[in-house]
Amino acid sequence: MPLIHRKKPQTPPSEEVVNADEDSQKKPPHESSSSSKTHKKSNGGGKWSCVDSCCWFIGCVCVTWWFLLFLYNAMPASFPQYVTERITGPLPDPPGVKLKKEGLKAQHPVVFIPGIVTGGLELWEGKQCADGLFRKRLWGGTFGEVYKRPLCWVEHMSLDNETGLDPEGIRVRAVSGLVAADYFAPGYFVWAVLIANLAHIGYEEKNMYMAAYDWRLSFQNTEVRDQTLSRMKSNIELMVSTNGGKKAVIVPHSMGVLYFLHFMKWVEEPAPMGGGGGPNWCAKYIKAVMNIGGPFLGVPKAVSGLFSAEAKDVAVARAIAPGFLDTDIFRLQTLQHIMRMTRTWDSTMSMLPKGGDTIWGGLDWSPEKGHTCCGKKQKRNETCGEAGENGVSKIKPVNYGRMISFGKDIAEAASSEINNIDFRGAVKGQSFPNHTCRDVWTEYHDMGIAGIKAIAEYKVYTADAVIDLLHYVAPKMMARGSAHFSYGIADDLDDPKYKDPKYWSNPLETKLPNAPEMEIFSLYGVGIPTERAYVYKLNQSPDSCIPFQIFTSAHEEDEDSCLKAGVYNVDGDETVPVLSSGYMCAKAWRGKTRFNPSGIKTYVREYNHSPPANLLEGRGTQSGAHVDIMGNFALIEDIMRVAAGGNGSDIGHDQVYSGIYEWSDRIDLKL
Amino acid sequence: MPPLLRFRKLSFSEDTVNPTAKQQTTTEKPKRRRAGRCSCVDSCCWAIGYLCTAWWLLLFLYHSVPVPAMLQAPESPGTRLSRDGVKALHPVILVPGIVTGGLELWEGRPCAEGLFRKRLWGASFTEILRRPLCWLEHLSLDSETGLDPPGIRVRAVPGLVAADYFVPCYFAWAVLIENLAKIGYEGKNLHMASYDWRLSFHNTEVRDQSLSRLKSKIELMYATNGYKKVVVVPHSMGAIYFLHFLKWVETPLPDGGGGGPGWCAKHVKAVVNIGPAFLGVPKAVSNLLSAEGKDMAYARSLAPGLLDSELLKLQTLEHLMRMSHSWDSIVSLLPKGGEAIWGDLDSHTKEGHSFIDSKRKLSQSNLHRQNDSVRPESWVKEPAKYGRFIAFGKRASEVPSAQLNPLNIKELLRSDVISNDSTSCRQFWSEYSEISRESIVKVAENTAYTATTVLDLLRFIAPKMMKRAEAHFSHGIAEDLDDPKYGHYKYWSNPLETKLPDAPEMEMYSLYGVGIPTERSYIYKLTTTPSSKCKSSIPFRIDGSVDGDDDIYLKGGTRFVDGDESVPVISAGFMCAKGWRGKTRFNPSGMETYVREYKHKPPGSLLESRGMESGSHVDIMGNVGLIEDVLRIASGASGQEIGGDRVYSNVMKMSETVSIKL
Repeated sequence: MPLIHRKKPQTPPSEEVVNADEDSQKKPPHESSSSSKTHKKSNGGGKWSCVDSCCWFIGCVCVTWWFLLFLYNAMPASFPQYVTERITGPLPDPPGVKLKKEGLKAQHPVVFIPGIVTGGLELWEGKQCADGLFRKRLWGGTFGEVYKRPLCWVEHMSLDNETGLDPEGIRVRAVSGLVAADYFAPGYFVWAVLIANLAHIGYEEKNMYMAAYDWRLSFQNTEVRDQTLSRMKSNIELMVSTNGGKKAVIVPHSMGVLYFLHFMKWVEEPAPMGGGGGPNWCAKYIKAVMNIGGPFLGVPKAVSGLFSAEAKDVAVARAIAPGFLDTDIFRLQTLQHIMRMTRTWDSTMSMLPKGGDTIWGGLDWSPEKGHTCCGKKQKRNETCGEAGENGVSKIKPVNYGRMISFGKDIAEAASSEINNIDFRGAVKGQSFPNHTCRDVWTEYHDMGIAGIKAIAEYKVYTADAVIDLLHYVAPKMMARGSAHFSYGIADDLDDPKYKDPKYWSNPLETKLPNAPEMEIFSLYGVGIPTERAYVYKLNQSPDSCIPFQIFTSAHEEDEDSCLKAGVYNVDGDETVPVLSSGYMCAKAWRGKTRFNPSGIKTYVREYNHSPPANLLEGRGTQSGAHVDIMGNFALIEDIMRVAAGGNGSDIGHDQVYSGIYEWSDRIDLKL
Repeated sequence: MPPLLRFRKLSFSEDTVNPTAKQQTTTEKPKRRRAGRCSCVDSCCWAIGYLCTAWWLLLFLYHSVPVPAMLQAPESPGTRLSRDGVKALHPVILVPGIVTGGLELWEGRPCAEGLFRKRLWGASFTEILRRPLCWLEHLSLDSETGLDPPGIRVRAVPGLVAADYFVPCYFAWAVLIENLAKIGYEGKNLHMASYDWRLSFHNTEVRDQSLSRLKSKIELMYATNGYKKVVVVPHSMGAIYFLHFLKWVETPLPDGGGGGPGWCAKHVKAVVNIGPAFLGVPKAVSNLLSAEGKDMAYARSLAPGLLDSELLKLQTLEHLMRMSHSWDSIVSLLPKGGEAIWGDLDSHTKEGHSFIDSKRKLSQSNLHRQNDSVRPESWVKEPAKYGRFIAFGKRASEVPSAQLNPLNIKELLRSDVISNDSTSCRQFWSEYSEISRESIVKVAENTAYTATTVLDLLRFIAPKMMKRAEAHFSHGIAEDLDDPKYGHYKYWSNPLETKLPDAPEMEMYSLYGVGIPTERSYIYKLTTTPSSKCKSSIPFRIDGSVDGDDDIYLKGGTRFVDGDESVPVISAGFMCAKGWRGKTRFNPSGMETYVREYKHKPPGSLLESRGMESGSHVDIMGNVGLIEDVLRIASGASGQEIGGDRVYSNVMKMSETVSIKL
C-alpha cells in the first residue's frame, strides 16, 4: 500500500519533465505531421496528445486496479477479520462455532420458507425481447436486466391481470434449492448466515430444505401451477423418514409465515382441495414452527404499496425530487409501471391488515395508544420515557387507528369533528382525469374525477374502511385477490364456509392443527420505527397518473413525534409492527383458545435492535430489522438450539421488550 | 466484424511496436535518460490504456451490432418440435455421470476457509491453482471406508445447476435442458438427480440418502403430473447408477427402497441411456493403474520429467492417483464380463475395424501400398489382440499366447520387506510403496493381461482399494441369476449379474456416438530409472513411444476401437443389442430395447464450437438428433415411433460373436 502512495505523486511531475524536454527538442521536425494525425505524433515520441494522455491515464488506473486486485487475492482470508478485531476488539464466536463447542449436533431436519421479494425468480420461457435470459435470474442476483431492458423486464415480471397466473408465452419460475434465497443480491445475505451456522453443527443439503415458491402468486395458485405445496409435503415427509423419524423444524420468514399457515391447513384437508395428509399430519411431522418477523395480521405498508405504490422510502424520494419519478425518463413512467406490475401480484394482498377495527383500532382508539416514539438516539431514552408519563398533554396522542387520513389536521382531529361523506356509493365519473396515462394500466383511469373526490372527502379510513377503499379504487384487482385471501375475523370457526382455501392464511379465520406437542415461536425485532398509518393528499400534478400521494411535509416540530414525513410510526422491525407479529403468539393462541383448540405452546421472543457500531460490522450481528435480523446471533442461536432438540423452555420462554402484552390486552376479541 | 477486428489489432500493434523502435533509433537517447525510468513506466501505462480502450470499444461494438444472419444459430430442435405440437408430457429425470456433477464444500479444514458452499469441483476450478494440496485433501475420501474423512464434508450440488455446465461455457446438460424447456418443461417436471459421484452407489444412500430422495422425487413427479410415468435420462456412469437404483427400489426395506415388485412398471416409462458405460470402460484400467489416460501419456512422452518432477512441491500424477484411488466409483467403471465380453489372450474380434474415417482410411491404404512394396511377401500381419488389456511391451501385445510369460499373479506374494524407498516418498499414500521392486519386475515381464486377469493385477497392486471397492461392485457374469447371493447390492450395478425389473411396458434405450477412436487396450512399460525411485512411485507407464507403423489403431501405446472417445461400442451397445434383446435371462419380462447410434461429425468451423452433430462422450448432449429423440420420447413417443434401431457400427455383428448364455 505505501508503495502506491509514494508512486502516485511522483509520476505526474516526472511526466511533465519529459514532455517539456521533448517539446523543446522535437518541435521543428514534427511540426508538419502534428497537424495531420494525433496518434502518429505519439509514435514519433513527440508531445503527448490528449488521446495519449487519456490512454496513459486509463492504463495507470488499470494497472493500479490489477495491482490492488492481486493484493486482495493474495491476502490471506483471515485478514479482514484480523483488522476488524484490532479495531473493535475480539468478535464473539459465531453461534455455530459456539454451540458446536457445547456439543450440539444436528437433530431435526430444518425447512426454510422465504418471504416475499427475497426469493429469486428465473426465466423459463419468454418473449423475443428476453432472448438469452433462459434460466437467468430476473429477480434477485444483480438485477442487471432492469437497466438493460426495463420494459421487457416489467412485462416478464407481471402476471396476468385476470387470472393472476402466467401471461401467455411467459414462464417465470422460482429458483429452487438453498441458492433461491441465501443471498438476495450479491453480498446482501438473507438466509446465508443462518445456513452457514447450521452447517457448523452438521447440517447439510439432506437435512436442510429451502421451500422456495413463486411469491408473486396467491398461495393456492402456487399449488395449482407449480404443485409447490405438494412438493413441500413430500420433501418434509422424505426428510423426516431419512433422518430417523425426527420431526421437522420449520423456519418461515415474513410472508412465508402466512404461507406456512396456509400449508398446515392445506396438508390436512382431504385430497381435491388439500394435500390429503389426514388429521394428524402436522402432529406427526412438525416439531416447531419458528416464525421470523411474521406479519400474521398483515402490514400497513401493503396498504400504501397498493394504494399509491409508495412506501416510506419512495415517498421521501418523491418529495425531494418532485417530478423526477413521475416523468417519462427513458420512456418509463417508473411508479406507474411498478404499480401496474405489483398489482398483478396476488401475494401483496395477503399482507393487507387483517382483523379490521377490532385489531388495528377505530377512529378514536388503537391498541398502541400512548406509545411514544423516542428519538433515534438511545441515550435520550430516559428523558423520553419521562416525558411520556408526565406530559400526556404535551404529546398529542396519535390515532393509529386511522390508517389513512387526508390531511394532517384530520389525522389529529377528534372523531366527532370529522364528517365524512360515504364514498362507497359514489358514481365514478366518465371524465378521465388524465389522458396521458392510458398506456399504463392502472385502474385509476377508470375512476374519474368524481370518484377521486369522493375518496378524498371521506377523510379517514380505518382498517376495515381501507379494505373497502381498495375495493373501490381497484375493483378488478381486489376481486381477484378476495378470491384468495380474506381479512376478517371468524365468529364461528366451525362454519363450513371456512373450508375455503381463501381463509387458510388468515390466523383469525382458521384453527391451528391438532398437534399438542408442536410449538410455535414468534421471533421478531423491536426498537425500530415502523410504518403504521399514513397522511395522504391529492396529487395535483398534471402528469401524474396516481391521484394520491403521501403528504410528506406533514410532520411535527417535536423531534420525538411519531409522525415523520407523512407516516405515523410505532415500534416494530421496520416493516412489521409489533402488534402484527406478536399478537397471535402473545394472546390469541396462548393456551387453549378457539384459534388453538389443541393448546399448542406459543412463545414470543423479541430482539432489541442495536445498529452496527461501525461500518466494518456490515449489517450487524444484533440487528432487529426485518431482513437483517436473520444475521442476529441471538436469534440464530435460538433456532439452532431448537433444531438440535431443545424446546421453548430450554431457550428461555418469552423474551419481551415492547408493550405487546399491554397492547394485546386492549384488543377485545373473543378467544 | 472479423475484418474490423483484424484491422484494429493491426493498428494498435503497430502503435505499440513503433514507439520503442523509434526511441532507440532517434538521437534523443541522452535526454531520455535524464527523464529517468518514468518514461518507460509511462509508455507501458499508455500501451495498456490503449489496449484496454480498444478492447472496450470492440466489446461495445460487439454488443451493439446485431448478429448477422449467417452467424445465427440454426433453429434448435426444441423450437421446431414445439411448432410441430410436441408438448411436455412425461416428467423427465436427468442422471449425470461421473465427473460432470459439481461438488461443494460444507465443512472443511482451516486451509479451506471461506470456501463454504463454494464449488470445489466444477465451475472455474480456481482453487486448484490457489491451494492445490488443500484441494486434493478435501476431494479425497477416506481410504479405509470410502466415505468422508473426519472433519471434511464435500457434497453434491443439488438441482439443475449441478451439471448444466461443467465449467463456464462448457455445457453438459444445458443444451438438453434448454430444448426441453422449449416444449414446456420446467422445475416441476424436470429434475436433476445429482449425487456424489465419488462414492460407491450404495454409499450415496448410506451417507446422503440419494436413492431415497430419487425415489421420493419420482413418486412426487408421477403424482403431481397427472400420473404420467417418468422418462429417465442417465448419462455415462449415471446409466449404471440408475441400474443400481432400479434393483434397489424394488428390494424390501432394510437393504432396498421397499417400493415393492411393481414399482418400476408403475413409475418408469423409459430409460434413455446416453453414452452408457454398461460394461465398463478400458480407460478406468489405465486410470487406476497409472493415473493416465491417452492424453496424459502423450504429454509425458513429449516432456518427460516435467510431469514427474516436483514442480511446486507437487507430485502431480501421484497426488491425482492417490485421490482417484480413494474414489470407489472409478472401480464401478472397470470392464465387466471378463474374457467372455472383452476377449481372451488370443481372440481378436474385429470390433475396431469398422469405424470410418475417410482421412484415415486413405492414409491407411497408402501405407499398405508402401508396405507391400517394402516388406517381404512372407510377412503376415498379425491381427491386433484387443483382448490383451494391458501388455508390457509391444511384443507382448502381439505374440501368440504360448510365448507369453505364464504368471499366476495370485501366487505372487506381496513382499513383507518394505522396499527401501527414501522417506520423502512415504509422505503420501500410495500402495505402490509397499510392493518390492522384484515383484513389480516379475509382474511386468513379458506379460499380458485380459479383462479378467487385469482385475487380479489391480488386486495385487492396490489390495486395499480393491478390497474396499469390491465390497460395492462386482465385475463378473452370473451363472445363475436366481442364486440368492445376487440379492447383495454389489451386484446391482452390473447388468450381467442382475435382472431388469419386471416391467414389460418399460423401454430401454441406448443412445451413443460412434466414429471416434476410443481407447481399448494399452501397452505399458516399466519406469526403469532407479535414481528417480522416489519421484516415480508409480512403477508403470503407458509406453507413449509405441506407434503402430502399419496399424493406425495403435498410437502412443494405446489401441483404439470404434466408440465415442470414452466408451467403446461394445460396452455401450451390447446390452441393448443382445444381452437384453427379447426375453433373456437378464431381461425376464422382455421389455423393449433400442440401440440408437449417432455418427460423429466434427464441427464444420470454429463458430460451431462443439458441434451440433458431435458423437463424443459429453458433446453428444448437444447433438441435434439425440436431443430430438429424447424430446420425442419425453412427449410420449415410443421406440418404434422414433424409428427403432439406428446402427452405424458393427455392434450387431460383434454382439453375435460374444458367446454368453442368454
